[in-house]
Amino acid sequence: MEHLMKPAPIKARFITPGVIVLIVLAVNALVFLTIRFLFGLGTVTNLDNQFPWGIWIAIDVATGVALAAGGFTSAALAHIIHKEEYEAVIRPALLTAMLGYTFVAFGVFIDLGRYYFIWHPIFMWNGSSPLFEVGICVMIYATVLYVEFLPIVTERFIGNVRLKGLFSKLNGVIDSILRFLDRGLNKTMFIFIIAGVVLSSLHQSSLGTLMVIAGPKMHPLWQTPVLPLLFLMSAIAVGFPMIIFESTLASRSLKLKPEMKILSGLGRMIGPMLGIYLAFKLGDIAIRGTYIYLTEVSTVSIMFLIEIVIGVIIPLRMFFSEKVVNSQLWLFVAASLVVFGVFLNRVNTFLVAYNPPHAMKTYFPSVGEISVTLGCIALLVLLYRACVFIFPIISLPDTKLLPKTKYTVSGGKS
Amino acid sequence: MIDQNRRSFLKSLGLIGITAAGLPSASVKAQSQIKLSEDRMGVLVDTTVCIGCRNCEWACKKAHGLEAGVVNDYEDRSVFKSKRRPDHSALTIVNEYQNPKNSLVPADVKFQCMHCDQPGCVSACIVAAITKHENGAVTWDGDKCIGCRYCMVACPFQIPAFEYNKAIQPEIMKCDFCFERISEGKLPACVEICPTETLTYGKRKDLIEIAKERIRRKPDRYVNHIFGEKEVGGTSWLYLAGQEFSNFDFPKLGEDTAPGVSESIQHGIFAYFIPPIALYALLGGVMWINKNKNKSERE
Repeated sequence: MEHLMKPAPIKARFITPGVIVLIVLAVNALVFLTIRFLFGLGTVTNLDNQFPWGIWIAIDVATGVALAAGGFTSAALAHIIHKEEYEAVIRPALLTAMLGYTFVAFGVFIDLGRYYFIWHPIFMWNGSSPLFEVGICVMIYATVLYVEFLPIVTERFIGNVRLKGLFSKLNGVIDSILRFLDRGLNKTMFIFIIAGVVLSSLHQSSLGTLMVIAGPKMHPLWQTPVLPLLFLMSAIAVGFPMIIFESTLASRSLKLKPEMKILSGLGRMIGPMLGIYLAFKLGDIAIRGTYIYLTEVSTVSIMFLIEIVIGVIIPLRMFFSEKVVNSQLWLFVAASLVVFGVFLNRVNTFLVAYNPPHAMKTYFPSVGEISVTLGCIALLVLLYRACVFIFPIISLPDTKLLPKTKYTVSGGKS
Repeated sequence: MIDQNRRSFLKSLGLIGITAAGLPSASVKAQSQIKLSEDRMGVLVDTTVCIGCRNCEWACKKAHGLEAGVVNDYEDRSVFKSKRRPDHSALTIVNEYQNPKNSLVPADVKFQCMHCDQPGCVSACIVAAITKHENGAVTWDGDKCIGCRYCMVACPFQIPAFEYNKAIQPEIMKCDFCFERISEGKLPACVEICPTETLTYGKRKDLIEIAKERIRRKPDRYVNHIFGEKEVGGTSWLYLAGQEFSNFDFPKLGEDTAPGVSESIQHGIFAYFIPPIALYALLGGVMWINKNKNKSERE
């Protein structure tokens, strides 16, 4: 099968109505960001001394990191477990992770009161701070992701550097740099791949440790010493659903046939991972006895139940059904539920569970905060689209090797 | 093969799982993270003596270069209608509460940073911009701070305040125990101005003795509880009260330090970098075995 598939740049119209909507969302975010940088965080956000962290941390950063987990889980599957048949999802997942982490860094940048000191943690260390570890790991991991992406750049441009005018003299130089990089990376890539998985395991879990220090300020349903373990397990569990989610959306938007064989294969592996996560999550509330909070009807108990039932239990059951795994639509629905579940878990952990001692009002994100978050997601999707148009990322049937009759016969129904 | 996949994931999970399982015993060890001086200073706040003159608020602002106004304006008692919290414009505030024993004499309570012995903010700060000093003060270093506000998430008393309406160099604002003044041997500004001796500045260990003595002499006047003696592992500021501290909006806190659990996890995962390196080696091994297996299958 893999002989028939080959990553290639997409050739289609870049601008579509959907793309215009995304551009509008991105520009809207830019307006609010300008105000934020001119007049301070208070003018755009609903943050205050009781609620120092809002959706820019809970969604842009915490959820962003979790949903970029497709990068390290697919790398582990294809390169470390060495299941080569999944090669085709590596590049899209890598691109998502690379762009995801870029936007995580951007999310941190805009949320920092003194954004121009974002480099401080490189030199000013605090080993007991989980945030320090997250910061350093994310920094290194983002670099590793860019290194892992380099071979795609060299593949695209070796023998293909055609700068115009004044820069044309540089063509030869750039080409030899690319060739040099390609040779070096070929031999050393395994170091980066393993490092990527280790770094991911570390900071995915430490992201959970972040909220442990909030102690009794956090609702007991979420406040637990195994929070880092739960964060790591949910990140691993959401890796493949995220790949299914995005590649289904991408193939719809780019009018390609989704690789159901690969996606179903991924789908079959999600069940056990989600099951382990659920077991730990339920075990945690059972051992600490916090399930008693579920007997009363309140915002927290409802949010917790939505997170567990809709975000974990229902998709868990779905992924164990062959009918779901083999259906493009149902596989997408199940994957979306897991993505939603992890998203809600991060929002719950960072915002819903957080209840400071002297709060006069509860936090709800402002129009500005929501606009910026939406704009960041829109920009990320736009960049993803641009990248798959420029670089060989999405695997397409190789026309030279493809027997002509194969797909024309199967036609409408798959 | 899928089994192998799961197993390797589980192993990496196990590493962290073991760390998490060892928490209760480890958390005790982590509490000795910051070495404390026996002679560290503190302030005893006797809320039964305070008359709510708010001169301390004025003196504090004066001492920290904040807009203070005229001291006479602080006689206005209408501010007590609502409960205030320290923020970027006032590092300490006094709130007034009902006194169930005598409704004519309300209870006035001063709030500010408690200067914990094992502060959550110090442990949390990403760039180590917050320091617990030998004399007990917990201070913030503006040259390091990046404005991430994690200290505010970590503080069990929700004390650090942030200048949300400043685009450049916003500061984390909180009581600094008049660090410069006490380093020169002076009294903290609030203690110096207090006309009723509500505030007593001294060595923390002596203050605990004084507090115990006051409770022993007048058991009717005080509840038998020195707030800050044991809470979150002890705080430099200590409180006496005539009623339960929860009536004064003090958060209910245990004796475990704020950073205890989080630091145990953190130091567990990074114990001499062994777990990350072990995970790296494990994954490398799995990668190598699977690569060779694939090769031999093909042959």
